[in-house]
Order: sequence, then structure tokens, then C-alpha cells
Amino acid sequence: MEQKTKVSAQDGKQELVITREFDLPLELLFQAYIDPEIVEQWMGTKVLTLESKRHGSYQFETTDPKGNKHRFNGVIHDCVVNKKITRTFEMENTPFPVQLEFLEFEKLTDDTSKLTMQIVYKSVADRDQMLKLPFAQGINMAHNRIQEIVSKLK
Amino acid sequence: MELRRDVFQAIADPTRRAIIALVAIQAMTPTAIAENFDSSRQTISKHIQILNECELLRQEQTGREIYYHLNPQKIKEIADFIEPFRKMWDDRFNKLESVMKKYKSKK
Repeated sequence: MEQKTKVSAQDGKQELVITREFDLPLELLFQAYIDPEIVEQWMGTKVLTLESKRHGSYQFETTDPKGNKHRFNGVIHDCVVNKKITRTFEMENTPFPVQLEFLEFEKLTDDTSKLTMQIVYKSVADRDQMLKLPFAQGINMAHNRIQEIVSKLK
Repeated sequence: MELRRDVFQAIADPTRRAIIALVAIQAMTPTAIAENFDSSRQTISKHIQILNECELLRQEQTGREIYYHLNPQKIKEIADFIEPFRKMWDDRFNKLESVMKKYKSKK
């Protein structure tokens, strides 16, 4: 089965590329990234700041199941409507270095669009660490779930 | 303190990766594995022990000899460690899609 979301992480490179094709017109896809209310809905975060413009900034806040708050923020280096967003991303109060994100929005047809997200990390080790985060959490939360995911893949 | 082995640390070492490659072809005794390396028998033994603790290798007793096999299930888990990361983004994007579809129909 063709996967809608793809992650490409080449060995030894300090970047990864996430691509996704959406069953949405380009304008709606782009709006999902710049409208604070919509961002809150799909990201499941509180949007404290979101200035979608050149030299703007953003700050989001999530609350985990234990009630702890986690904030992340960044600077929006560039924002071209229906085309691209270039921004940094940083998790506050963690040792993870800031990362650079290039988001490119493309029209495929009138009703479909594509997002390409290139994320550049400070080092190869930092990238691998970020990739492992959900993996490690998965193991901690439920080892069986990992087994299930693994067994589904062939 | 409980010592917890990280599978990713285990495979970060070139000698241990070479051991995995050897055992992938056929089950081997520690002596047979060590013969492929210039390092001391003790050093190789230590590497095997780490791989065994991480469940990358499985021991099997055949007569007086211990043979090491590769544990394919564990190898697959490592190969697929990107999957949870992909799944996380996939879930997020699915949400985005459904939120925007509702938004569109409301307009």
C-alpha cells in the first residue's frame, strides 16, 4: 500500500525529508499552517503566538497527559503565501538544539496538494535522536504496540 | 543500578556490526566468530555479550557448543525505528486533512 506520509532519512546526513500528499486544495493546506485556530485543532497545541510573516515568530504550548506543559517556539524566516514557510523550531527546556525547517507547498490538482518538509539538524546524532524519540516513547508506553507496528510491515 | 543496553549504541560499533553480518549468514560459535577478528578473544566475547543482552543474538546450545543466531525480529525493529516517527506525522497530517475538510464544508 502506498503511504501518504513518507519520511526519508539518509544514512549519515543531518537532515530528513517528510512528504505528504493531501486531499485538499493548496489554499486550504496553506491556511492550516497560518490560521492559529486551525493550527490548534490539528496540532493539538495551544497557539500562544503565530506571526506568519517574514521575521515573525511563533510559540506553541502542549499539555501532556500528566498535566505538564511543554512549549516550543521558533522564528519564521520567510513566509510566501501558498508557496513556502522557512522557520526554526526549538523545544524549550530540552537539550535538543534548534532545527531549521523548509516547508514547500505545491498544487497537484485543483483538489489535491503536496507538502515537502525538509528538516535540518545541528548534527547527524541530533537528527537520529529526534527520530528515535517516538520510538523510545513507544517502547516505554507499550512494547506490544511496537510489535504490532513491526509485524504489520513487510 | 540497572544497566540498560541501548540497541542503537550496540549497532553503532563497527565490530558489532561485523559480528551481526557474520552471524546473519550462519549460526556460529564464539570461537568461530573471534577467528574473523584481530581483536582478542575477550574483546570479541564482550561484544557478543552486548549483542546478546540487546537480544540481537540468540544463544543455542548444541552438544557442548554454544551457537549464536541472529534474532531477525529485533533486527526488523531497528530497521523500522523510523516507523513510529512517520506514524506520528501521518496521524498529525490526517488530522489536518479532516479539520480542513470540515472547515471547507462549513463555508
